[in-house]
Amino acid sequence: MRTMKLRTAAAAVLLTALSGTLAACGDSGSDGGGVDVKAEEVEAGKFEEGSRMAELADAGKITVGVKYDQPGLGFKSATSDIPTGFDVEIAKLLVADLGIDPSDTDAVTYEETISDNREPYLEAGRVDLVLASYSITDDRRQVVGQTGPYFITGQQILVKSDSDITSIDDLVGKTVCSVTGSTSLKNVEEAGAVGAPADTYSQCAEDVLNGTVEAMTTDGSILLGLAAQNEGELKVVGDEFSEERIGVGYSQDYPEMCEWINGVLTDAYDDGSWAAAFEATLGGSGAETPEPPALDECPAA
Amino acid sequence: MNVVFDNAGDVALAFAYTLSLFVVAGILSLIFGSVLAAMRVGPIKVLQRAALLYVMLIRNTPLIIVIIFFRFAGPKIGLTFSFVDIQVGDLRLNNLYAACVVGLTVYTTSFVCEALRSGINAVPLGQAEAARAIGLPFSGVMRQVILPQAMRHSLPPMASVQIALLKNTTVCGALGVFEAFARMKGLTNDYASARTEIFLAFALIFVILVEVLSFAANRLERRWRIA
Repeated sequence: MRTMKLRTAAAAVLLTALSGTLAACGDSGSDGGGVDVKAEEVEAGKFEEGSRMAELADAGKITVGVKYDQPGLGFKSATSDIPTGFDVEIAKLLVADLGIDPSDTDAVTYEETISDNREPYLEAGRVDLVLASYSITDDRRQVVGQTGPYFITGQQILVKSDSDITSIDDLVGKTVCSVTGSTSLKNVEEAGAVGAPADTYSQCAEDVLNGTVEAMTTDGSILLGLAAQNEGELKVVGDEFSEERIGVGYSQDYPEMCEWINGVLTDAYDDGSWAAAFEATLGGSGAETPEPPALDECPAA
Repeated sequence: MNVVFDNAGDVALAFAYTLSLFVVAGILSLIFGSVLAAMRVGPIKVLQRAALLYVMLIRNTPLIIVIIFFRFAGPKIGLTFSFVDIQVGDLRLNNLYAACVVGLTVYTTSFVCEALRSGINAVPLGQAEAARAIGLPFSGVMRQVILPQAMRHSLPPMASVQIALLKNTTVCGALGVFEAFARMKGLTNDYASARTEIFLAFALIFVILVEVLSFAANRLERRWRIA
């Protein structure tokens, strides 16, 4: 009987200690949460009656599709409630413009959208906006609305520090890793490399580190993040050899959202909140804050 | 369907990778599975136990874990398969391909072994006793009397195991081989507007491939039927 009691006590102590460590993890995870964006007051008549923005503002609830696995753009650690990254910062600005508090997880749902379900989620209305390193393409514009770009990035190469690969021309016949189905993978294949599809970017980095593949490729911003995580072992090389125009996705059922998104982005460009968002996320590794890109015109309704 | 036809070259190459994974891992798993089954029914206790342990360990482990072991844990202990780099036509069989083939083979071998064992159990004991009575050693009993009959009995489960292998190759699409699944993901990403067609087309091709396989198994079953 006594041993029983002792064991229970030991288990209790262990549990307390464990929850203590977990809590500690949680605390450290909330650091680097980006810019604190406050909800704006929505005056009556700010949004046209019957528009989707008015509906969302009245409901006080919105669902935004973001990436969970791209450090610097959209990344959610296991312990944090809200993902972090540049995409998420821009999403916060849009949400705040509707008078919704971006940090209130009851009002804003940051749903994970992987590359394949961005369009289906928008079409089905499961998410209201998509900011998930979503490059603007003509084909995507056939099924969903896309506007922006709020960021322009290009594809680069990540190799081991002692590698002699310096540009895309050196990749011919080499094995190059990127995420299954990505445009980056297609681009290096066209350049004569052997594509090695992987599930995640960190998996590719692991392959480069242990020498299983010669290089990996994707947007420069993601590579910079990975190189920073493995300081001294990996390096980013070459010029950007593609141009990805990262934009905001919305449903084609609500074309009025385009003008609103462009308006919020223009304001963010002018009042410096775009630059602040960049510095808080992608600018961390000493990168210079670029000029904000010019926005596309909205299609005539 | 247009998207798939427009990219017919890429799609064909992808299915060539899929089929090559299937054929290589299929043949290797049949060979090793037969050896393993012989070990399990053989007279040597140590080998029996070893084979049982192998089947227990591998058959109870998800395929993706087996392959990830060879893809990511392997290189950490110096097992990189970097000696493999073969060019067959347009197919580049590199170290990643080798790791995937090894993973698929190791996994499927355990299923082949068990399918074959079910066939061996179906051979009447008298057959083995008679073979031994005429003086055949264990290898002779297995090769000339038991396995030929066991193969016949185990054909239906063996066909299922190999069909599963054909579909299991898609796991490699996320682990470094540009096979059908990886190509499909590429196409769905590039042609968001034609996603449903792409899914259907790839599913259809798989159905056809599996159908060919089960047709062949069916014919074999008929040919090998005891008159």
